[in-house]
Amino acid sequence: MSIRSIRFGLLVAAACLGSGIAAAGQPAPASPATSEDCLACHGDADAKRPDGRSMAIDAARFGTSIHAAIACADCHADAGRELPHPDRLAKVACGSCHDEVAGKYHDSMHAWAKEKAGLVGAPSCADCHGTHDITPHTERTSRVYRDRVPATCGGCHAGVREKYDAGVHGAALKKGASNAPVCVDCHTTHAITRTDTDAWRLRVTGECGMCHAKVVESFRLTFHGKVTELGSARVAACADCHGAHDILPAANRASMVSKARLVETCGRCHQGATEKFVQYDPHPNPSDYSRGAVLWWANRFYWLLIPGCFGFFGLHSALWYWRSRRDGGRS
Amino acid sequence: MTPAVVGAPRAVQSSPQEPSGREQPAPLDDRARIARFDRPTRLLHVVIMVTFLGLSATGMPLLFSEAPWARLLAALFGGFRGAGLVHRFFGATLLAAVAWHVGNVFYRAFARGEKGLFWGPTSMVPQPRDLADLYRQMQWFAGLGPRPRFEHFAYWEKFDYWAVLWGTALMGAAGLVLWFPVAASRLLPGWMFNVALFVHGAEASLAIGFIFVVHFFNGHLRPGKFPMDLVIFSGSVAAGALREERAAEYARLERTGAIASLVVPPPDPRLLRRGRIVGTIGLVLGLALVSLIVYAVAR
Repeated sequence: MSIRSIRFGLLVAAACLGSGIAAAGQPAPASPATSEDCLACHGDADAKRPDGRSMAIDAARFGTSIHAAIACADCHADAGRELPHPDRLAKVACGSCHDEVAGKYHDSMHAWAKEKAGLVGAPSCADCHGTHDITPHTERTSRVYRDRVPATCGGCHAGVREKYDAGVHGAALKKGASNAPVCVDCHTTHAITRTDTDAWRLRVTGECGMCHAKVVESFRLTFHGKVTELGSARVAACADCHGAHDILPAANRASMVSKARLVETCGRCHQGATEKFVQYDPHPNPSDYSRGAVLWWANRFYWLLIPGCFGFFGLHSALWYWRSRRDGGRS
Repeated sequence: MTPAVVGAPRAVQSSPQEPSGREQPAPLDDRARIARFDRPTRLLHVVIMVTFLGLSATGMPLLFSEAPWARLLAALFGGFRGAGLVHRFFGATLLAAVAWHVGNVFYRAFARGEKGLFWGPTSMVPQPRDLADLYRQMQWFAGLGPRPRFEHFAYWEKFDYWAVLWGTALMGAAGLVLWFPVAASRLLPGWMFNVALFVHGAEASLAIGFIFVVHFFNGHLRPGKFPMDLVIFSGSVAAGALREERAAEYARLERTGAIASLVVPPPDPRLLRRGRIVGTIGLVLGLALVSLIVYAVAR
């Protein structure tokens, strides 16, 4: 028994109570329709709407879904008042139970496209989660199960999916790496935003660091990393050099960070970059001699010089202070 | 006012050895003012002060970009971009000021034939007597001897001077590489950007810590000077103080008779007041910046 199902139970109870109270004051439907009533029509596999489209419900399949315990009229509220119900019913409002998720969705790029921009193809709940066959995202049968997420998103974003499948992350997922990132790891699930904002650019670096902690740590040592940390998105972060969906290993000639393409990649910001320029190490490690001998020596040098200087003059000042006090405050 | 950027005032060097048997002048009143820093030197100190504080405040957000105050400090200058612009402006100004100073020293030495700039009691160049002074100072700290008799510049002052000169040259070079990376890459391989950024940051940590702690203590905050030594603003020092703090210099000036030519009128009280205000602001800001670093490092 999860918290979610307890909460759901309470909601159902409250709904029943509420409708009971409402029933006291208003002309009530003769009797609220039960799911059996609905299946009397919709249970027939050949059931058709006036326009010829199927209106059949697979009761067995619904029985395996996470909503199996709910009556049809709990979601299709306007269908239960009077039977037979009108031809056109209201869209199911998932948010009446899943209010928190609905709130996130409402602020998302998808909701903006659908509700404000009038892009009718933009997804709402059912487009990703399904309808009567919804199962938890932790189950393999779910459309939003990790391994199936690229296919679900790719249903609309076909071009992106193609790139993703060609990149390291898609390849790792195909090989069965359970921690390979899928769409939602970077883009989130319900709160998906535009990717051309500073806020997004700044956040996604941290996302890469969830797996590539050491690499991001070395990035933080660089000018790029420090400026990013300060909240400016004007400098290169992970995706600017590595790409996003079609990230390839540096050994692959097609990779943005392959030797063959580095001048082009760096040159996108640093106009005039040359072979010499791209000898820059965007992920330095001052304590790794093999990555750069001069940096290693500089690091060594300052690790002696700084403590040496402060140690000597710290002691010098302390002794001076002590002697001056003993001599009566004279310099 | 006599020039005394690195050497002692010119009057001292150009004065011939006193002929023996000349009548000694009467000892100076303790309150008489002796010239120490000429106007360009004092101005140079103010320029270094302002640019160094500005460079520290605008560079620290980047060096300590993960500190909780980093964005706030950058926001004072209009965010990262504003801070970057101010940083470059101060950096260029400091480079220009130090370049002027170095040019001026060479001009004085070679075009005007000024003596004593590169060696001798009034020179900034470290000499054997500085090691001896350091040793005697340690003895004095330990209570094993009297205070050393210092010359025109004591060893810690020479250290300060060369630290600024060396630091400006190194950080200036590294800063220019980072400012113009594509141009720099015509001469240097790209991994020099890594070295330049590291050296710029490490040298900055050293410089900020050194100036705002060690120089502040040695020059201003130590007992006897607290809260600040105004000589860098007024340009002159009281004869009594000079006799006590730089006994060797005072004796030399008396011996050569040069002291008479160095006596200047007392500083304008307005100049002193301005110095006190500017100095206080500098000390407070410097200590505030160093506290931010201590907070970031200790966290």
